[in-house]
Amino acid sequence: MATATAVGKSSTVAGDGHKHKKNALSDGQGRLAWMLLAPTLLVIIVVAGIPVLLSIRESFFQTNSGVDPNTGLVAGGESFVGLKNFTDIFAGANQVEGSYGTMDRFWNAFLNTTLFTVVCVLLETVLGVAMALIMSKAFKGRGVVRAGILVPWAIPTIVSALMWKLIFDEAGVMNRILHQQILWLADTGASFWAIVIADVWKTAPFIGLLTLAGLQTIPAECYEAAKVDGATAWQQFTRITLPMVRPTLVVAVLFRTLDTLRMFDLPYGMIGPGKYRVETLSIFAYQEATQNRYGPAAAYAIILFIYVLLVAFVFVKVLGADVIGDSAPPKKKKKKGAGDDDAKTSAVPSLEMMGGAH
Amino acid sequence: MTFVRPARRGVLAAATLTALLAAAACGGGGSSTPAASSAPAADLSKQGPTEYWAGKDTSGNLKNLIAEFNAQHPEGKITFHELPDNADLQRQQMIQNTQIKNPQMGVLSMDVVWTAEFAANQVVEAMPADQFPTEGFLPATVESGTYFNKLYGYPTSSDGGLLYYRKDLLDKAGLKPPTTWDEMKQACKTIQADSGNDKLECFAGQYQKYEGLTVNFAEAVDSAGGTIMGDDGKPAVNSPEAAKGLSFLVDSFKDGTIPKGAITWQEEQGRQAFQDGNLIFHRNWPYVYALASKTDGSSKIAGKFAVAPLPGLTGLGVSSLGGHNMAIAKNAENKGTAADFVKFMASEKVMKSNVIATSAAPTLTSLYSDADVTKKYPYMPILLKSIETAKPRPKAVKYGDVTLAIQDAAYGALQGQTAPDAALASLQTKLGTLTQ
Amino acid sequence: MATTTTTPAESHLTREEVARLAKPKKSPRARIGMIASYVGMGLIVLYCIIPFYWMIVSSLRQPTEGRSTEFLPNPPSIENFQGVFSGTNNFGRSLINSLIISGTTTVLTLLFGIVAAYALARLQFRGKAFVLWLIMACSMFPLIILIPPLLKMFSSSPPFEWFPYWINTYQAVIVPGLSFGLPLAVWNLTAFFKQLPVELEQAAMVDGCTPGVAFRKVILPLAAPGVFTTAIIVFIGAWNEYLVALTFLQAPERQTATVAISKFTGTTGFDTPYGTIMAAGVIVTVPLLIAVLIFQRRIVAGLTAGGVK
Repeated sequence: MATATAVGKSSTVAGDGHKHKKNALSDGQGRLAWMLLAPTLLVIIVVAGIPVLLSIRESFFQTNSGVDPNTGLVAGGESFVGLKNFTDIFAGANQVEGSYGTMDRFWNAFLNTTLFTVVCVLLETVLGVAMALIMSKAFKGRGVVRAGILVPWAIPTIVSALMWKLIFDEAGVMNRILHQQILWLADTGASFWAIVIADVWKTAPFIGLLTLAGLQTIPAECYEAAKVDGATAWQQFTRITLPMVRPTLVVAVLFRTLDTLRMFDLPYGMIGPGKYRVETLSIFAYQEATQNRYGPAAAYAIILFIYVLLVAFVFVKVLGADVIGDSAPPKKKKKKGAGDDDAKTSAVPSLEMMGGAH
Repeated sequence: MTFVRPARRGVLAAATLTALLAAAACGGGGSSTPAASSAPAADLSKQGPTEYWAGKDTSGNLKNLIAEFNAQHPEGKITFHELPDNADLQRQQMIQNTQIKNPQMGVLSMDVVWTAEFAANQVVEAMPADQFPTEGFLPATVESGTYFNKLYGYPTSSDGGLLYYRKDLLDKAGLKPPTTWDEMKQACKTIQADSGNDKLECFAGQYQKYEGLTVNFAEAVDSAGGTIMGDDGKPAVNSPEAAKGLSFLVDSFKDGTIPKGAITWQEEQGRQAFQDGNLIFHRNWPYVYALASKTDGSSKIAGKFAVAPLPGLTGLGVSSLGGHNMAIAKNAENKGTAADFVKFMASEKVMKSNVIATSAAPTLTSLYSDADVTKKYPYMPILLKSIETAKPRPKAVKYGDVTLAIQDAAYGALQGQTAPDAALASLQTKLGTLTQ
Repeated sequence: MATTTTTPAESHLTREEVARLAKPKKSPRARIGMIASYVGMGLIVLYCIIPFYWMIVSSLRQPTEGRSTEFLPNPPSIENFQGVFSGTNNFGRSLINSLIISGTTTVLTLLFGIVAAYALARLQFRGKAFVLWLIMACSMFPLIILIPPLLKMFSSSPPFEWFPYWINTYQAVIVPGLSFGLPLAVWNLTAFFKQLPVELEQAAMVDGCTPGVAFRKVILPLAAPGVFTTAIIVFIGAWNEYLVALTFLQAPERQTATVAISKFTGTTGFDTPYGTIMAAGVIVTVPLLIAVLIFQRRIVAGLTAGGVK
């Protein structure tokens, strides 16, 4: 049936860019493609390109902060310092005490950022997929449920940070319910979990919503066929649902990962600055910038950028967000029981099947 | 074809950028302009429209005052530029707009702790003594706006800490408001021993890790006879006196004088606890007075409390100085109007109307004995005492780093991670490098 | 089973009835599954709603009781909501500004995003992977570090004298907003378009449609869930944006709702007006939810339209 006989994917028909290098048709397409991409690229050059280039330049400079002993005025201006802003990270001049013992403030923030991302994205994905699955079931009033699930995502962070601050207050409603006196808003291990709870709450709907959209493009015929073949619910989930939502899910999770790696406003607004157990790299870079140390701030931002890029790259390579390029050529036709890794080849409804809806 | 034009412009932009990056990279290296080390006195004559940058006009009175000023002053009008509630964001907006040389930013409402930074980085203009006389102002408030013997902020509002106490409970036990920490702890023991009072907590200030912790730490150190920075501007926090001050806070957390949860308290959490009737003594700012006196049911202690000066180690304690001064932005185009507006706002009549409308502590000594003011704010004489003896928080160009270093040390000690002595020793080292 | 795709959302009841009739005897296992999914749904909705409930309760207290932990406001009061719209806050105007900015951002993001995604999903050209990565790289730099250079640019300060003065203009917020929305829009829509078989368009082209028309008439309706979902996400992102709006929209008549909220203070500057901020939060969230409810019909409608084709 449909899933079993998947006819490769769209990209097979479209082919690989390199193969068609000398094709007159694809050359014309190239010009059209760049025209279609122009508005997006222009926005990105202005808003991100130029500032990022300036930040790269900035990262090799330091603001002169010496005070004139007579007037008390700061000379101002900046000096070229080469890679000092980067190498200072390893000098360990700025030791702080966080969850992982005493270490340089940069590395402490680095570990926090990583741990936040792993924990939050994992929980968000599980919860988001669960939300999407439940929402995709046909039942009365699912429209309201879907709107309800959006509530956390829709509340502005500056409001929800304050809301969570009220809830997690030492004399707040969370402690009242738990009959405990947990100091969530101090700089403790509990602060970390308070952020995780608030962040997962806020962003699981993001994954849920995108996954749901992906689920909706799965033709019901796939499930019908699976049912006929006697597949269990779990088999349907792992063999049909997951492979077929994978492109969307991977994009959703990827963007959540990128966002969480740059997490700023929730820890900053809820727990506050200078709290080393929840300080992320974004917060640290921001704090440096507010103290007029733009050079180091830019350097940290660039390291974060490279880190994020690496994570994204590994992500795409390992999980195969087949958005990129015109991925692998079709493997030999798989039976329904194809392993998850190869599932993307069977992930697209065949023409036959779509025709079947006529 | 609409896409082509912007695209070409993008290329152009990129080309310009490359050129400018190259230029900046070559020109910027090492050679900082020895700017303004002998800057001439500012020209404060140019009139014209300008803006007053401050946090929200909470009472609506500012709007009236600006209208009044504009009516009297047709040659240059003031517009109110409202900033966020958050002080860090206010400071940042001011610094960013200095960097882009925003000519409209005219008058700044400058927190007392920003004075050194704003003056040294030439965010604000020095104010000539002949135009901005300081007679009649409380000396501590003038000092808070001064940097390197020059006035940068004209004092318009001040603030000092007060000890709120449960007058009903103290009266019942036949006690007077305490003048020392030991008396305070003793009073708590007496009151808590009474039946029905065993759930009452003794004392709290603000111990969350934020600027309020710096205020409370400085008060503890100063009230024990120590100091954070000596008169020579060098850190002097590693002293036995300072250790006694910090130990008071640390021990109070240990023995329950200060409730455990107070490690997360800012002003509002403490106020809530106090007006719910859970605290006997509370260190807070004057704003609590009106709110705790409310009779709409939100305060359980309306009419049952009073204020006193802060207690100390051996006698009355020392408050940290708060408040905002008004400053003229360095890059303002119409500094004449800006200067006139500052003078207007600091005049006795205007300040009085502001004090009555907002409860901000005045900086003019005369207003503390003004009949209308004291009628509305009966705590004024005690507040005057608090501000007169108040000490400023450390004056530092890198105040943001200094206050974070102080908070690191204090919070670690209060949470029991570091011993007070060790915390102060490392704070001393850190402050040394920050104030070089 | 054409019913799954053709039945409009409103008539689930009949569809469920049909389903019930079709399978007269439900196995106990299926019934357990059914109950489990309802329970799961209930739990998830509760999880999402309860903190929001706390927000609503806090907004309905008296302004002086902002920190109360009572589960019901006692006594209830709408004073906070009145406070939000009190004269000096300029909140009504801010809502309109937010609407203009988020609306324009969403429309432009979708427009740019759809054409870009079409190019990436359907056209042959060199450097495709590079473009995709470049677009995503926008989501990799911390926003807060981008703001100082952007401020210099938009205020025509050196070295950006060539740039138009954009402070206090909507485009100063819309253009950055585009760059936050576009990476997700492009990636997500590309994934969606690629997922749909190219044969569909080819069939349409055989019928005489140009590639553009084929795309619009065939692919876009099929990708409707993705497009509308992207729209919702971009809109919410723009609606909730704070730092850019704070920095570039300085004039009170241009400020957005989030900026207006951040300027709420109590009577003295120390007292946080929890109630008023929560009320404002409710006010800015509820219209969004209503919009989503309306959008949802379109999502389902788009789906079925595509399915019938």
